[in-house]
Amino acid sequence: MKKTPLYDRHAALNAKIIDFGGWAMPVQYTSVIEEHRATRANAALFDICHMGEIEVKGPQALDLLQFALTRDLAGQKTGQVKLSALLNDRGGIIDDLTVYKMDRDFYMLVTNATTREPDFQRIRSLLEEKKFDASLADVSDSTGKLDLQGPRSEAILQTLTPDDLKNLRFYWFIPSQVAGIPAIISRSGYTGEDGFEIYAAGEEIGAIWDSLMDAGTGLGMKPAGLGARDTLRLESGMMLNGQDITQETCPLEVPYAWLVDWSKDFAGKPALAAIRERGVRKKLAGFEMTGRGIARHGYPVTKDGREIGSVTSGTFSPTLNKAIGLAFVNSEDTAPDTEISIGIRDTVSPAKIVPLPFYKRQK
Amino acid sequence: MSKPNPTDRLYSKDHEWILDRGDGTASVGITDYAQEMLTDIVFVELPPIGKKVAAGEPLAVVESVKSVSDVYSPVGGEVIAVNQTLENTPELVNQDAFGEGWIAQLKVVDPEELKTLLDAAAYDALIQEEKH
Repeated sequence: MKKTPLYDRHAALNAKIIDFGGWAMPVQYTSVIEEHRATRANAALFDICHMGEIEVKGPQALDLLQFALTRDLAGQKTGQVKLSALLNDRGGIIDDLTVYKMDRDFYMLVTNATTREPDFQRIRSLLEEKKFDASLADVSDSTGKLDLQGPRSEAILQTLTPDDLKNLRFYWFIPSQVAGIPAIISRSGYTGEDGFEIYAAGEEIGAIWDSLMDAGTGLGMKPAGLGARDTLRLESGMMLNGQDITQETCPLEVPYAWLVDWSKDFAGKPALAAIRERGVRKKLAGFEMTGRGIARHGYPVTKDGREIGSVTSGTFSPTLNKAIGLAFVNSEDTAPDTEISIGIRDTVSPAKIVPLPFYKRQK
Repeated sequence: MSKPNPTDRLYSKDHEWILDRGDGTASVGITDYAQEMLTDIVFVELPPIGKKVAAGEPLAVVESVKSVSDVYSPVGGEVIAVNQTLENTPELVNQDAFGEGWIAQLKVVDPEELKTLLDAAAYDALIQEEKH
């Protein structure tokens, strides 16, 4: 398994390590619920070095991304982050990724850990096909990434950076310093809380981790693993690539229709337009259990005794104290309050469709 | 660190304990080491009263936030009681795996099967091995 630069720190903290897409990652340090609650109440620090970073440079960098990705990036300002989707020729989602405009003619794409290679291949083949004047570089191996998430993130990070974080708005970033080390600070994340994603050279990410651990401990910050990351994102109604979304899923079937700009040409558009024309048969919807049990990935969903789909993500929600999940079900059965049932082992337990997100922070 | 394994009972290699009550019945639960591995138990699916299980067959299910694990019956038997308090307070398994966190009580079919299980010392050795 591949290890991030922080692996020895996780081991020293007695983290439970799992294989996540070929990476040895901490799933929890002490307890998923404790780490989850620390994120909602105070702050938590996550090792996200396994995610991918691809640099796109050149006079036609924007043209390449406009063609490769579904969202219109023409109005994106330097310092702004945009979520977008990369599709295959069938209109299926290869990745949901974020686009950082570093400068004119210079972008950084932040990809999911498991889609880094497919993303690179896809964008390179589109570049070659259309002969854009741009270059691609996979800088994942030399780039470290930490997520600092939770209401006290700003107070913690502010002690280590010269820039005034009050001025940094959500989904914007600045080239800055953390503990004297050059770093990109982005106000964004995957937990539904305020927080930051921090990028720095891989060999320096350990020093940033140590400084943040020192700065945060007195404010109730904890290191948190992928277990809490998963429950936090699910409560906030965010999808997990490879689980809720696969290459067979199109943006119209999940809450990603807003990422598609129909006024421009993009790879996968003809297939997606055909899907739009005939309408989607299945959609991703949120549900909560009204009966006993916890729904898990792959469990069947029924309505009035007939199968209408299956669970893509399910967990016990530490904030709401109930079992919640996402399911891919027949489009006509996705209205809130629709009564459904989940097959859990040899029993069937009632649930109902609810609007997303399950949890929204007080601003 | 997990709590010491009580010497008054026997253990399976799958990390269940069984306490022979001396009247042909026995209580079953998971060990403190097992609950520590699972952490954050948020749901326990109890078997119906009267359910018959063979040794090594699934008896109950314990779920943590991230995982679903079967609890296997250490011996063959019939379920005569279940710990219903776990329906609303599954965390009792975390807090007191060897006591208040018991899962079910069985009428043991064949007491000879108990002899195939581990005593506390042998179980200690097994978990030491697993830790390394």
